[in-house]
Formats: sequence, structure tokens, C-alpha cells
Amino acid sequence: MATYLVKRFLLMLLTLIGMSIIIFVLLRMMPGNIVDIMFDSAGFVDPTEKAEIEKELGLDRPIPVQYMDWIIGLLKWDLGFSYVSEMPAVDELGPRIPITAKLAVMALGFSVLFGVPLGVISAVKQDTALDYTLRVISLSGLSLPSFWLALLILMASLALFGDIPIYTDPPENLWDELLLYTIPAAAVGFRSSALIMRLTRSSMLEVLRQDYIRTARSKGASENSVNYSHALKNAFLPVTTIIGIEAAFLIGGLIITETVFNIPGVAHFLVEAILMRDYPIVQNLVMLIALIVVTVNFIVDLTYGALDPRIKYGE
Amino acid sequence: MVQIDQQAELARAGANIEGRWDAIVHFSKNFPLAVTGIVIVIVFVVMALFAELIASHDPVQTNSALSLGAPSADNIMGNDMMGRDMFARIVHGSRISLIVGVASTLLGGAIGVFIGLMSGYLLGWFDLIMQRIIDIMQALPLLVLALVMAASLGPSLENTIIAISIPLVPRVARVVRSSTLALREMPFVEAARAAGMVEMRVAIRHVLPNTLAPLIVLATAQLGAAILVEASLSFLGLGVPEPHPSWGRMLSENAAEYARVAPWLVIFPGLAISLVVFGTNLLGDALRDILDPRQRG
Repeated sequence: MATYLVKRFLLMLLTLIGMSIIIFVLLRMMPGNIVDIMFDSAGFVDPTEKAEIEKELGLDRPIPVQYMDWIIGLLKWDLGFSYVSEMPAVDELGPRIPITAKLAVMALGFSVLFGVPLGVISAVKQDTALDYTLRVISLSGLSLPSFWLALLILMASLALFGDIPIYTDPPENLWDELLLYTIPAAAVGFRSSALIMRLTRSSMLEVLRQDYIRTARSKGASENSVNYSHALKNAFLPVTTIIGIEAAFLIGGLIITETVFNIPGVAHFLVEAILMRDYPIVQNLVMLIALIVVTVNFIVDLTYGALDPRIKYGE
Repeated sequence: MVQIDQQAELARAGANIEGRWDAIVHFSKNFPLAVTGIVIVIVFVVMALFAELIASHDPVQTNSALSLGAPSADNIMGNDMMGRDMFARIVHGSRISLIVGVASTLLGGAIGVFIGLMSGYLLGWFDLIMQRIIDIMQALPLLVLALVMAASLGPSLENTIIAISIPLVPRVARVVRSSTLALREMPFVEAARAAGMVEMRVAIRHVLPNTLAPLIVLATAQLGAAILVEASLSFLGLGVPEPHPSWGRMLSENAAEYARVAPWLVIFPGLAISLVVFGTNLLGDALRDILDPRQRG
């Protein structure tokens, strides 16, 4: 177990280092930098002034030097300054992270709450009208672009209530905040719930075909006992994986939803920063996302071992 | 006792099929969702192939008199802010959507197959390095990686395809690698090697064809994802640039400002994206049931 943990930890570190190099190079490959974009809006370019600003931001130095600078800064918890606002990146990201985190938690809660029970029902009632309906709903969940769903919700609420629930001022209390985030969270969570539902269904069906289920049935166990206490426990294993992966991947859906609902979270901020070539913001944010993904994967692997004693680490 | 109706069972298994039409009817009874998916996909493919014939208007022709025009007999889906015919834009948009979707799935698939086959077959240092690279690529959500790639390559049709294909590589590589690992120990592969075949030829002629079934299933699923990512990138302004009519960009251009006065600008492009992805997803499910019955559920 200890060797496994050390090995996994080193692999995670390697992945993160690789990611930092790739993201750093990709950012520098982008056509134009912050200075070009600043001059673009001004309408004219003064080469000496441009060189001066680039020098001030350190963009004139060789890329490996810039990279080492960033990594050394990271180790000292110095994330650099945003090019756009000239504020420390920590101060820019700090207040935005909780917003996105709350949205993600709500969306994940929503998707598990709906996805798991509906998936079980769909499996237990396989090939009935109910199963078909649920399958079509879950497939549409995977097919609707989340931004369109969000736009439709906005339009519907405009038609029904004459008002759109987008973010304008920071919410005053927790209740207002929850209310404000419910719709965006549901718009994002719909996709994950569809995914979780499909996986729960197929994993449940897989388990229901196994011998020990037949044994339980032949011993006279009730249908409910077979489905919920014998089967669900084992069917839940692959579902935990997908819940974990979705927890990390929700950020993709949130990028779009935060943009549509005008929510000042990190996901929306990432797009803004990419468009402005605000390197310090983008590279630190991408590293944060990668860190979350690898950590979640690691936790999922460990949960797997805890849930299923047959799985052993270290071999 | 359970009664078994032999005739009904035989009919269900397809015993009395005569002619092609019968076979089609039988298939659609057995796989209603699959047939729905196939029909939807065919409709969009036909739209993309014969866009000029189907839409009588020019998708880029502006007309200020028709700005934000409501759906009418002549412009059945209305007009956008610049007076362009929405129906023509939707029909021509299917071309962009399918080109980007299919091309990026094929490109990502080809790279993934190469990496997966080589690492599963050669193992050793090549496998080790490739696995680490794939780990890195999987450390970012698909849309985030595609977003950064699209921004760093710059906006163009080709670059959008590349930006979407790269994040699709890891899953293909993983699937092909794991089936290759199982296949390389099989007696028929050993026999090919014993017969004196070059390793490369064994890998391509004997191992690769046997990985195709799961690969096709995965590729159809990824096609839907690729179309959605294109729409999302274009929605965020980082995808296919003007003058190509992209459904995703139609939504971002029109969405916020005109949703109030011209809802058709929001409804139709979104409907088109959802339908085509829904069709490919249905098709993907059906292919999985048919090609890989073990996963059937």
C-alpha cells in the first residue's frame, strides 16, 4: 500500500509537471499577446512603447527563463500578477473560486440525486415504456448543448415571469445565493445526471445477470431485497468512478453556463483571460483544474479499494 | 409453467424474413431507437451534401430590410440581425458541423489508434512514454483542453478540427491499447509471428482489425461530443470563424440581445445541434448493442 501511494504520488507530480510545460508552451504559441490586444483597442501601435511594456511584463525574456520564473513563483505561492487588472493573481482568483465550487457542488448533487435512482429504476424496469422514456431523456441530456438549455430557461422565465434570473449584484444572503445558482446548476447537472443514469443502468443490468443474484432469487429473497440490497451495492462501484470524474469535469460545462448566466466564477474568468492573453491567470487556473482532476482520480481509486475488498493495491 | 409461443419466438428472431424490405421492417421493430438515430443522421447528411439545392437563399447574403424578420412563407425560420435567411444558415451550418465533427473524430481516432496499437504491441519505453503523455492529456476536461488549443492555434476551420481532435486521442488510445494487450497473447497472433511475418504487419493485419468493434462504438460516441465541442467553442468565439455559418456562433451572436424580440434565432440553431447529436448518440448506442453485445443494456 505504501509503495503504491508513493508511486501514485510521483506519477501525479509527473503529470502536473508535464501539464505545466504544455500549457506554458501553448499559451506562448497563441497569436498576439496582451500588448497587441491593448494596442488593438487603441487603434495604433507604437513599437517602442510595445517593447517597453513587454519588457516590464517580462515577455521579452527567453521562454525557458519565463517558465522557470513561473514554477519558482508557484513553489513560493507567488502566482504573479494579472496583466489586465495588475492585481495579484491570488486576489483575482480567490473570490471567484468559491462561486464556481458552489455551483459545481450543487450541479453534482443534482446529478447524483436524479441520476442514480432513475438509472436503477430504468434497469429494474428494463424494456418497459418507462425504461424507454428514461433512456430517451438521458440521451437528450447528453445531446442538448448546455448553453442552449440555459438560453431556453432564460427565455422561458422571461416569457413566464417577465424577468431573467441572471447574476447582476452579489447575492445578499445564503438563501438568495442558492436560489440564484439553482437554475445554472441544474442546466449543467442535467448532462452529468444523464451520464450517471446511463452508467447506473448498465452497471445494474450487468450485476442483475450474475449468478449470485439468481441464487438470492432462488432462496426466495424478495424482488426489492434482490434489487436494492444485493445488486445495487455492487452496481455502485463503477458509478463512483463516473461521479468522481464528473466532479472534476463539470468545470467544462460551467465555462459555458457561467458565461450565459453572467456568473463571476473562475470558469467564465478562464475564457476572458484566454481572450485577453492574460498568461498568469490562464496558466495558474489550468494548473488548478489539472490538480483537481488528478486528485479526484486518486481519491476515486482509493474509494474503489475501500468499497470493494477484492481490489488490492501495490501488486 | 411458462408457455412458449413458438411462432412468435421465431418471428422475433427473424425466421420468416423475405426480401430486403421485410428485413428493414424487422430491424426497425427490434431496434426502434437505432432506426430513429439512423434517420436523423441521414437527414443531416443529406442537408450537408445538398445544401445549395435545399436552401434557396444564400446563407451569407445580407438584407437590411429583413433584419430580425419573423418566420414567413419565404423565410421559414426567419432572418437574423443582418437579414440573412436562418433556414439557409441552418442548412449550410450542418455542413460545418458535420465536417468538423467527422474530421476531428477521424483525426483524433487515427492518432489514438496509432498510439494505442504501438504501445500495446511494442510495450517497453514507447508504451511508458505514451502512457505518461496520455495521463497529461487526460488531466484536463475535454472542453478546457480544446479551448486552450483553439486559442493557441488561432481561429480557422482547420485549426478548430485539430483543437477538437487532440483531446479525443486519449480514450481511443486507451481502448485500442487494452484490446491490443489482450490480442497479442492470442494463438492466432503467435501463429502469424511464427509464420515469419514482420511485427509491423502482424500488428496491422491481425491485431488492428480485431480492435475495430469497440473502436467504432467509441468513435460514434465521440462524434456527438466533437459536434458539441465545436458548437461550444464557436459559442465562446473561439471556434469556426466567419463567413462559415456555425450553429454555435449563431447562438452567441443572437442569443443575449435578440432572445426577447426574435426567439427563432435562439430556437432553431440549438434545435439543430441537439438533433444531430441526439441522432449520433442513438446510432452509437445501437452500434454498441449490435457490435458489442456483452455491453448490451
